[in-house]
Parts: sequence; structure tokens; C-alpha cells
Amino acid sequence: MKKYIEQAGFGPILEKVEAGRRLSLDDGLQLYRSHDILALGYLADIVRARLNGDRAYFIYNQHINYSNICTNLCKFCAFGKEKGADKAYEMTVEEVRQKVRDRLDEPITEIHVVGGIHPDLPFSYYLEMLRGIREVRPDVHIQAFTCVEIAHLAGLAGKTIGETLDVLKEAGLGSMPGGGAEVFSPRIRQLTCDRKLSGDDWLEIAKTAHRHGLRTNATMLYGHIETIEERLEHLAALRQAQDETGGFLAFIPLAFHPQNTALAGLSRTTGIDDLKNIAVARLFLDNFPHIKAYWVMIGPKLAQIALSFGADDMDGTVKEEVITHMAGADTDQAIGSTTLVRLIREAGRVPVERDTLYNVIRVHGTKE
Amino acid sequence: MTERLIADIDARLGNGGRLGDDDFLLLAQQAGLYDLAFLADAVRRRLHPERLVTYVIDRNINYTDICISACKFCAFFKAPEDKGGYLLSFDELGRKIEETKALGGTQILLQGGLHPDLPLEYYEEMLRFIKACGIHAHGFSPPEVWHFSQLSGLPVRQVLQRLIAAGLDSIPGGGAEILCDRVRQATAPRKCSADQWLEVMEEAHHQGLRTTATMMFGHIETMAERLEHLRRLRQLQDRTGGFTAFIPWPFQPDNTVLAGVEKTTAMGYLRMLALSRLYLDNFANIQASWVTQGPKVAQLSLFFGANDFGSTMIEENVVAAAGVSFRLTEEEIRRLVADAGFTPRQRRMDYSLV
Repeated sequence: MKKYIEQAGFGPILEKVEAGRRLSLDDGLQLYRSHDILALGYLADIVRARLNGDRAYFIYNQHINYSNICTNLCKFCAFGKEKGADKAYEMTVEEVRQKVRDRLDEPITEIHVVGGIHPDLPFSYYLEMLRGIREVRPDVHIQAFTCVEIAHLAGLAGKTIGETLDVLKEAGLGSMPGGGAEVFSPRIRQLTCDRKLSGDDWLEIAKTAHRHGLRTNATMLYGHIETIEERLEHLAALRQAQDETGGFLAFIPLAFHPQNTALAGLSRTTGIDDLKNIAVARLFLDNFPHIKAYWVMIGPKLAQIALSFGADDMDGTVKEEVITHMAGADTDQAIGSTTLVRLIREAGRVPVERDTLYNVIRVHGTKE
Repeated sequence: MTERLIADIDARLGNGGRLGDDDFLLLAQQAGLYDLAFLADAVRRRLHPERLVTYVIDRNINYTDICISACKFCAFFKAPEDKGGYLLSFDELGRKIEETKALGGTQILLQGGLHPDLPLEYYEEMLRFIKACGIHAHGFSPPEVWHFSQLSGLPVRQVLQRLIAAGLDSIPGGGAEILCDRVRQATAPRKCSADQWLEVMEEAHHQGLRTTATMMFGHIETMAERLEHLRRLRQLQDRTGGFTAFIPWPFQPDNTVLAGVEKTTAMGYLRMLALSRLYLDNFANIQASWVTQGPKVAQLSLFFGANDFGSTMIEENVVAAAGVSFRLTEEEIRRLVADAGFTPRQRRMDYSLV
């Protein structure tokens, strides 16, 4: 096997990986530039196996996107709409509660809540939404609000980020998803999402959340106009933040879906792109415990293969996924836990149903 | 599986040795994904050092869906007593061929159900019509040829002579399913047997036709039966050298009698693809199946033994009937190939470059 890794020019990187030494930006560039996806995947798989053994995780979750009305209107987004626009919507707190009530008979352990930057919903709406979810389903973990929403909510509340997070926690917030990171580069944000929170502010809010006892995820939206150097700077900034706080649970590379966005002329990411981003992330983010292959974005087939290219998590059962589907995703909006178990098992891993914080709910043996 | 065993197999294949049946079963049961991938990729590199990945521009034309075979894995056919089956007119055929040529197409893949009562003369006329349109006719899989022979009472040899005289250029490898009579009895008892399928291909090769070979796996067959399929293909190819390519794809169960069968996952597909590349050392080309796997996994299959992206399939009906409908343009195929680090090249049926 070593022969193939050396043929690909990855000999020195293999040595580092085997010794558990940190990869440099140049190593990262070399990995991204290579066409040898097998050698790259093999390296990433070494790290994955060391950190997560035979296990691959999934979660039984529910997504609620409370509103798509958004003042940011990022160019890569097909979900955000101006208030009053065709297809713009917002849910009342009662509608959110109803969504939760509708699925009380399912073994959901996490409710994932994100929405647009709404121009006039008051801070109380968000608190009531959290309290409402908790009232209807007291035992569920609420993972809600990206750093972008948190900055907006702090503005509404007239409080610091830390104070705002404490109030939200009190109302039921359990952890935060990793969205809104996009690519941290100021160049990319200027060109694609100039009204959005800066990369530095995103990182600062994530670190503040960690210090206030909230775990969070991190993402990167790849496959639009960013360079591989910008991807690596993004990963380096996340690695640095994680060194400081240790609060990130998972990194989730998000494949850009161009349809219905202002960047609709761009091509979709290929399977090789998707696997490269997972593998490089696994190798570069040595201090992140988990790398997620989000099947909604890359499809269940490739997500299964990604479990051999660095990923150890397939995300969840996810119902009513809206954000990626508005951008033309042709994947299903839901996948059964039986299917996830089978995909993981056939990938040669032990399927483990987890909760948000990666506590084990159930280990699925080799046979049901 | 020990690194040592893998290295032995790697060295043996590198020296022109063959994968034995025992090796195959051992690899199928025990090899890791990377073991299979690195071995298969090494074979692909040896056979195709030029880093080209080819594709053909063509269209599947299914002249009829009326079929007496009623295979349990098929979602496409209509039984003769059903209403609503179709038979394409020559006008429609001509229009489809013109569209294909306008898109740079070099051939049509002509296959249909086993129609209960069309005479051999009908197919001869169809071929003459197609050849008058000026396009390569890649048509009539072995079950069709066998069926024509049964209906006409003529031996296969003579049926093929007449079809060739009428313009048949090459034969697609469909209907092979699993070349093992236990599997055929259980899933497609009215279709030609494994021996008969191979007999048609051998005779076609003797008469100078090139053909492909397929395998539809992931239904009721065992791994040993998949091996039997590959063994019989390898043996025939040793005798004739007439196969241009091997095209494996997993069974798509939706809308079929076998709908309860669990669909082969991408992992199962890539493993089988790699195993096929290793075992079929006398097949120059292995095709990726984007029609069943989608563009992402198909692109990845170029690292698991495939060196050909198959066809643009301007039209495809059979897999679509089983609920799977990926579409790819020539431009997208070229982008996927280039993005994987290969040079995309349009080819003809015989793998000569356009």
C-alpha cells in the first residue's frame, strides 16, 4: 500500500500522519492539487480510524427552518427571500410547536433550527420558539441558530454575545450548528455575501459560545468561487480556534448547489471535489473529533463512500430539508434510519445512533 | 486480509499472471476497499497508461416493450396480453436517428422486448432502414437473437448471417444478467440460458462482430455465481477476443417483481467493479455505470477499474422504468472526466477514437 502513497508523492505526508504530526498549509495544498484521490483517501482513513475506530454515527433529527426571510441575500443562497417576495415564509411560534407535535411519535433526539436574518421578528420570538419546542418535547436537544443569527439576535436583545447566549441557553438552546461560516476569506465574503457577518466575527462568536458551555459545529461552503488557498486558510482558522477552545464537535464540508442562486452559472461540485474536501478536512483538522458527510448535499451514495475517505458521521434522518433543495438538490428530503444503518454497515463500519453531543444512544450490531 | 497476500496478488498481476477463482473469492470476502481499489487501479493504469477516459455518443432505442420473457427483475416490459405496449414505427425510428446524428452521435443501441410474432424479415427491414440513415447499428442482444432463431426455426448462425447482411454492425451485451442457470431459472426462466447466451456471442465473434458483455448483479445471486459469470466470460474471451468491454451494474429493484430486494449500495458497486477489473484481464475496457450510480460515484469508479464512461444515452428507458433517472450531457461527462485528472475522448463502438 505504501508503494501507492509514495507514487502519489505523499510519502512525507504519510510519515507525518503516522506520527500524528500536524500538516502544514503546503501539505494541504499538495493534497488538494493531487488527482490521486485513492492515496488521499487512504491517508484520511488512517486518521479517521485512529479517532473513531470502527464506528460511524448518525442521529435521528428533525429540521425546522422557521423563516426564509433574510436581509443578507447571499449570492450562493437559494433559500433566503426578501420580505414580501414570492415564496417568502415565516412560521409563527405555534406553527413551530405544531411541527414538533406532528412528530412526537418518532424517536427524535435533536431538533435543528435555523432561519434567515429576519428584518423585524423581535428577540422574544426566538425565546418563545425555544421555550415552545422545549414545552412540547422536553427531552429533545435543540441545536439552533448559526453564529450569523446569534449576532443578529444580540443586536435585537441589545446585549453582548455572551449575555445573549446565556439567555438563549436558559430558554432551551442546547448547541449551535456550524452554518454561516461559508469561506472566511474577506475577498469571498465581499463578492458573495457582503452583508453577512465577517469571518473573524463568526469565529469569535463560536469561541464565545464554547466558553459559555455551548458546543458547536463548523462548516465550509465549497465549490463556488473560492480558491484552494482560501479553503485552507478557512481550515487553518478553524484549527486555530479549536486549539483555543476545543468546543467544536464536527466539521461539515458543504457542497455548493448553484441552481436558483445568483451564481447559477457555476457547475455543481463533482464526486472527486466532495471527497477531496472531506479527506483534506480530516487530515488538516487534526483537533476536530468528527467529520460529517452530509448526505443531503452529496447524496447517500457518495456519503457512504465518504466514510472511507475521512468521514465518520452521516448526519441524520432529516425531514423537510429546505435549504439545499431550494438550490436544486436532487437527493431525497428524508432517509430512514434503517437505510442509514444499512449504508453504514455495508461501508464496513458499526452504525452508532448518537445524540447531538455524540453520546451513544444505540450501537447497531452486525445484524438486527 | 494481510498486506502480504495483497502484495502477492499485485506482483502476480503485474507480471501478467491471472487472478484465480480462490483469489477472487478471498478478495471478495476479505479485502478492504483500498486493497481492491489500489489493485484495480494498477491494472487500469497498466492497460491504459495514456490516461484517456472514453465515452460514446449514442441513444438507446427500444423498438418495443412488448415481451414474452416477463423477467422478474424488469420494470420495462409489457406482456403481450397487456394493453399499452408499443412498437416504434420506422418513422419514429428515423426521427430518433436524425436527432442522434445532430448531437454528434455515432451509433444507436437497438434493443427491445422479445416480441411474440414479428418475423425475422421485420428486423432485417429495420436494419436496412437504419443503415440507410447512415449510422452504426449496435443491436439485438443474445436473448433477442436466440428468440429470432426460435421463432424462425433457423439456427443462430443463419440468423446472424442474415442480420449482418441486413446491416447489423455489432451486438450489445445485454441479457447476460447472471450467466448461471440457477439464477436464470429463478428470475428469467423464459430467457435464453447461460450456454445459449454465450453461444450467440461466440458465433457473432466468429462472424466478425465485436460485442460487449454485461452483468446485472445484486438480486438473488451469490458471490460464487458472480464469479461463475466472470469465469465464463473470461473463457470465451480467451477463445475469441471478440468482447470490447465489460459493463457491470447493480439491479434496480423499484417497480419490479423483486422490489423487496435491498438495493446494492455504492460500496457494493465499487467493490464489484474493482473485482471485475481484476478478474477480466483479457477485457481491454470496463465501463462505469452513471445511469445507475449517478455522476459522483461514476466519476469515482475511474479509480476502481473503469476506463470508460459509457454512453451519453440521449435516451434511456429501461433503468428509468425502475425509478432511476440520472441524466448527463456530453459536456458534463467531459467535465467529470477532466476533473478526475483524465483526458475525455469520444470513441466509437470498437473503441477507436473519433
